[in-house]
Amino acid sequence: MIYLDNAATSWPKPESVLEATSRCLRDVGASSGRSAHRWAQQAERIRLDAREAVAELFGVSDPMRVVFTLNATTAINIVLFGLLRAGDDVVTSDMEHNAVARPLHALAERGVSVSVVPCGLDGALDAGAVEQHLRPNTRLVVINHASNVCGTVQPVREIAARLRPRGIPMLVDAAQTGGCWPVDLATDGIDLLAFSGHKGLLGPTGVGGLAIADGFDVGFLPPLVYGGTGSRSDEEIQPDVLPDKYEAGTPNLVGLAGLAASVRYVLGRGVREIREHEQRVTRRLLNGLAEIPGLRVFGAGDHERQTAVVAFTTEACSVSDAASRLDEDFGILCRAGLHCAPHAHRTLGTFPHGAIRFSAGAFTTIGDAEHALKAVAHLAAMRHG
Amino acid sequence: MVESAVILVHTTSHAVAAERVLRQAGLQVKLVPTPRHLSSDCGMAVRILAGEQSACQRALEVAGVLYDRMETIV
Repeated sequence: MIYLDNAATSWPKPESVLEATSRCLRDVGASSGRSAHRWAQQAERIRLDAREAVAELFGVSDPMRVVFTLNATTAINIVLFGLLRAGDDVVTSDMEHNAVARPLHALAERGVSVSVVPCGLDGALDAGAVEQHLRPNTRLVVINHASNVCGTVQPVREIAARLRPRGIPMLVDAAQTGGCWPVDLATDGIDLLAFSGHKGLLGPTGVGGLAIADGFDVGFLPPLVYGGTGSRSDEEIQPDVLPDKYEAGTPNLVGLAGLAASVRYVLGRGVREIREHEQRVTRRLLNGLAEIPGLRVFGAGDHERQTAVVAFTTEACSVSDAASRLDEDFGILCRAGLHCAPHAHRTLGTFPHGAIRFSAGAFTTIGDAEHALKAVAHLAAMRHG
Repeated sequence: MVESAVILVHTTSHAVAAERVLRQAGLQVKLVPTPRHLSSDCGMAVRILAGEQSACQRALEVAGVLYDRMETIV
C-alpha cells in the first residue's frame, strides 16, 4: 500500500508520536488547565511542550502566542470573524481552500467586501497584484501559503513587505506548508499564521492552531468561542490573556501530546531536510507524469515552486474512476475531485470535474513514486495502448 | 518553618512555564493549588522559597514569562 494523501493528513506518524499519545492516555488521567494535582500539572506540561515546540518551529519568541484549536479552519475562523466587520474590505486570492472561502462568503453576506486577486494558470499569486487590490478600508489580507490542490507556493514574504508600510495585517493559511516548507513569522513578516497539526507537522488529527506574531496586538481580535479556561473562574468575562483568550473548553490533550512529539521530530530532522526530501520525490513524480501520454499536469510543474502536491487528469477515465482503480488495483491511496477548493480548480481550469491529487510526505520514498507512476501509466494506457 | 512565597499567574500555561524556567535556573519550585486566602486569576500557583524571590523575579523576566505578583506565605 502506498499512501499519497498527505495533503489531507500525513501518514505514517513518527514512532515518538504513537508513544507520546499512548503514554498520555495511559499515564496522564487529567485535563490541562483545570486542576492543580500532579496529573493536572503533568497535563499542563504536555501542553506547554507542544506550545514551545510550535513556537520554535514558526519563529515565535513567546510560546503563549501559540494558541491551540481543533484545526487550521478554526484558527482561520477566529481571525476572519474576529477582525472583519461590515464595511471592511478583505483581500484574498482565487486559490483559497474552503476554510477561507466559506467564512469569507458568510462575511460577505454580513457586509464585508471581499477582493479576490486572480492567480496565474500555474496557481501563483503576484505580490504586486495583491498591492493593487488594497483599498483604504482593507482590514486584512488572507493568503493560502501553498495550494492544497497543486502545491503552488505563494510569495508571502514579498506580500508582507508591501503590506507593512500600510499597517495591514496578513493571515497566512499554512495548512500545507507547516513542517515541510520554511515558515518563520518574524522573517516572513507574517502577523497571523493558521496551522494544521496533522499534516506536515506529523501529529494526530484534531489539533491545529493560530500562531500570533510577537508584535501583533490581539486587543482587537475577540474570541470566537467563549467558555471555561481554568482561569478567572469567578468572572463571566472571557479572560483577555493569551493563550486562554482563544482556548475555551477542554483541550485535546492527547492530540497535543502527539503534536509535541511530532514537532520535535520535525525540528530534529529539520524542515530543510524534509523539504529537500519531498522535492526529490516531487521532481520524480513530475518528470514521470510528463512522460505518460494523455495526461495533463496542473500547477507550477516545478519542484522548486511547489510542495509535494501534484495534480493531474487523464484522458483515459474520470478522476474518480482513476482514484478507485489506483486504490483497488494498485494499492495507491490518493484523492480525486475538488479537494474542498472549487475556486482553485476554476483557476487551474479543472472545475467542475476536478483532478487526481498525489500528495507525498516526509516518509514517501522514490520507490513509492516509481510504483505510483507505473500504475498511472497502466491506467493511461487503457485508452492509448 | 522555612518561609515560602507563591507566584500568582494568569493562566495554568504560565504556571508551568514559570516552573520550567525556575527549575532550569536551579531554584526550588513546586506547583500548588492557589492558596484560598489569595485572590488569583488562576487555580494553579508556583511555590518558591521566600528568600529566592528576587532570583525568581530575575529568571522570569529574562525568560519573558509573565506573572501577576508574588506573595509571601507562612
